[in-house]
Amino acid sequence: MVTYIIRRLIWGVFMLAIVSVITFAIFFLVPRLAGATSESLATRYVGRTASAEQVKIAAEKLGFNDPLVVQYGRFAKGIVAGADYDYGPGVERCPAPCFGYSFLTRLPVWPDLLNRLPVTISLALGAAVIWLVAGVATGVVSALRRGSFFDRAAMSIALAGVSLPIFFTGIVSLVVFSYGRPLAFAAPGGSFTPFFDNPAMWAYSLILPWITLAFLYAAGYARLTRSGMLETMNEDYIRTARAKGLTERVVVFKHGLRGALTPILTIFGLDLGLLMGGAVLTESTFSLPGIGKYAIDAIVNQDLPKVMGVTLVAAFFVVVANLVVDLLYAVVDPRVRLT
Amino acid sequence: MMRKTTLGVTALGAVLALGLSACGGGGAASPSQSGAAPAGGDGAKAEFNAALTQVYNPSDKKGGIMKFANAGDWDSLDPADTYYGYSWNFVRLYGRALVMFKPAPGKESSELVPDLAENLGTPSDSAKTWTYKLRAGVKFEDGTPITSKDVKYGVLRSLDKEVFPDGYTYFNDTLDLPKDYKGPYKSKGVNTDKAIETPDDQTIVFHLKQSYSGFDYFAQLPATIPVPEAKDTGAKYKEHIISSGPYKFDKNEIGKGFNLVRNDQWDQATDPNRKALPDGYEVSTNVNADDIDNRLLSGDLHVDIAGTGAQPATLGRVLTDPALKANTDNPTITRLWYTSINGNVKPLDNLECRKAVEYAADKVAYQTAYGGEFSGGQIATSLLPPGIPGHADINPYPAGADNHGDVTKAKEALTACGQPNGFETNIAYRAERPKEKATAEALQQSLGKVGIKLTLKPFPQADYFALYAGKPGYAKDNKLGLAINGWGADWPDGYGFLQQIVDSRVIRDTGGSSNISVRDPEVDKLIDQASLETDTAKREPIWAQIDQKVMDDAYVLPGLWAKSLLIRGKGVTNVYVSDATGMYDYLNMGLQ
Repeated sequence: MVTYIIRRLIWGVFMLAIVSVITFAIFFLVPRLAGATSESLATRYVGRTASAEQVKIAAEKLGFNDPLVVQYGRFAKGIVAGADYDYGPGVERCPAPCFGYSFLTRLPVWPDLLNRLPVTISLALGAAVIWLVAGVATGVVSALRRGSFFDRAAMSIALAGVSLPIFFTGIVSLVVFSYGRPLAFAAPGGSFTPFFDNPAMWAYSLILPWITLAFLYAAGYARLTRSGMLETMNEDYIRTARAKGLTERVVVFKHGLRGALTPILTIFGLDLGLLMGGAVLTESTFSLPGIGKYAIDAIVNQDLPKVMGVTLVAAFFVVVANLVVDLLYAVVDPRVRLT
Repeated sequence: MMRKTTLGVTALGAVLALGLSACGGGGAASPSQSGAAPAGGDGAKAEFNAALTQVYNPSDKKGGIMKFANAGDWDSLDPADTYYGYSWNFVRLYGRALVMFKPAPGKESSELVPDLAENLGTPSDSAKTWTYKLRAGVKFEDGTPITSKDVKYGVLRSLDKEVFPDGYTYFNDTLDLPKDYKGPYKSKGVNTDKAIETPDDQTIVFHLKQSYSGFDYFAQLPATIPVPEAKDTGAKYKEHIISSGPYKFDKNEIGKGFNLVRNDQWDQATDPNRKALPDGYEVSTNVNADDIDNRLLSGDLHVDIAGTGAQPATLGRVLTDPALKANTDNPTITRLWYTSINGNVKPLDNLECRKAVEYAADKVAYQTAYGGEFSGGQIATSLLPPGIPGHADINPYPAGADNHGDVTKAKEALTACGQPNGFETNIAYRAERPKEKATAEALQQSLGKVGIKLTLKPFPQADYFALYAGKPGYAKDNKLGLAINGWGADWPDGYGFLQQIVDSRVIRDTGGSSNISVRDPEVDKLIDQASLETDTAKREPIWAQIDQKVMDDAYVLPGLWAKSLLIRGKGVTNVYVSDATGMYDYLNMGLQ
């Protein structure tokens, strides 16, 4: 088990290195291939009437005049060993992991990312609880009552859930349940309150994003659980369990649901990992200052150190989620052995 | 049966978990809803454009927290490093420059009044030297008296374009600085008295390389806001700015937002311009733009700080609902959307061919491409927007009675140009801007009527001026006869508006200039003449002369003087549009 984890961690680091190289190539190499020069790249990060000299200074400061290999090496070195940054009156140490300094705010990227993580984690975990409970429960009941009104209604709603984009359901939910409407019970966009500042306001500010995000995912989980349960409940061991005189509750939850849980766990792990890297649309729609909104703003503003940082953080969560899911397989399914 | 019922109830409960959990949050009252007040107030009648030329809902009532939101983010909160119009508007809440635009509605707002200084600048040595006396008793938020040395330090640090690349270069370009001076960080200890003198704590004297009559406009720039050298942290100063205005930073999270609270060291007796009505400000940044509009309309938010107007999704809703429209204003701002006509590209080197373009253009289609009358703009007939002192009604190329273009005149010009059947050229636009593409298509259609065939050439926005349309060699080699363009004034003054787009000396072979097409030595001479003229009454007509000359040259096809539809926040007092910024003046707003 320990060997397995170490091997997977080494592989994870290797994956992150590959992701960083590809991301760097997309944002630094491709523009060069399209004819961009150091100066033309630097014009994005200076005032609108910047002189040629000012642009040159910016290009030098941002390191655009160095070969791309040197630029990437500097970025990688910063993550491993930290970096020094001249902020004017002095030089400050950016400790490892140093993802560099924003081209626009000229502030270090890593504290920014850490600052936004609580928002994304709050959003992702809260929504995950809702969609997991609602989705799995709905799927179980639909499977047990196949063809009933509940089954048909739930699956129709599920179809709507997976079909409607967040930026639609999010805006509709805001219009109906916020903005001072008669049915308003939730905060408008851009209202995040940290949990430790005020738990009630934290929940108040996240209710609509949770519901909107959970609606999308719960729908998929309900369909997945339903099909898994239909398959499992027809297995011989379920008949055996019933023949042994076990209560239906034990048959369904201990034997039926557990068998249907493995694929759900896989999907859940990946979904949660991806969301930890930023629920881009939900955060943008509700103006939540999380990793996803940070990523969008970084891309729109072509703030390359931020793009690199957020990509690596997102990739990190996906890698970790995959590892955790694989470890949990062994817990959920006794047949799985980690070697 | 009982078992099924139990399961069903459990599942239904799970399905409804969304609703149940939602109800859990309903107990927390929205802080904004409780404080929201109805639109209008005592004596305020909600009408469309009610805040254009007068103060809407005037009041001196103090208290409350004003909520601002921004769809983007500041380039920087640091006075040395900011070049956004809304930032210059807002910075006055936490900083005092030497001079400021008068906090008043309409044309009055274009007048300069002293702020940190006692009076406007006193020119001497043919306007090469400008002297300001500081008001007594003004302090930083920590209680330290503000001296002329703090103002000098603020200006000097803004010169360092490696640390502060976002800001303007007016002081770099005009001050008589020591050779190779790079600001107080890199040129530490260098004597800068030949550029800025501080003979005593209340006096500051600026020495310019050349005479410039409009230096007071420079003195209103945020760079003249004092900065205490001991508290300066360079690029990080934006995180902990030391206030000299009525409010100071309480919490500041760059990229998320910040709060301002009252600065107890600010003394109303030293400040005739500010009312300081609210108890504080809550500012959120990087907020969804549609969310901002909806919150403004619902009363949850007081001001959309970007001041660029409602989003397209909101426009349709607001303009068709009289009650909503009554709480909006539609100012014409000091921004021109135009098309450069490049005289370096044949046959546009011929004045008559350029005139043909001017006459043939369908101005209504131009307006439609930018979003129509309310959010696009007012049809422009020359360069200088109406809000800039010196503006004159100039229309040398009337676009027909219905503004759809004058085909007859255009064909006459083509004949005079020796191209009676028209000619072919390319039109450049920024690929990321749908409105510019729509404009290029509209021009393609209207100029096509007289035989001028345009081929659309989109270019990346980031490199538009540096590599393509703004690079003379590239534009000529690739026959970019026309290029969609736009320009907003840094301040409502002819120099601020015209110099960067009509002075041929700003054109660089390496690219990057906003002036793509105007190359007329006569225009350059007029700019110099205006720069030397210290008498405003004599200077302003020169801007109109320049406008007329550029139009006579037909180097610019004016499209629109931009407009925006601003939404008045509910319960906000002292709302008015400032001509200086083209947006609501944030200085003296309050809450009912």
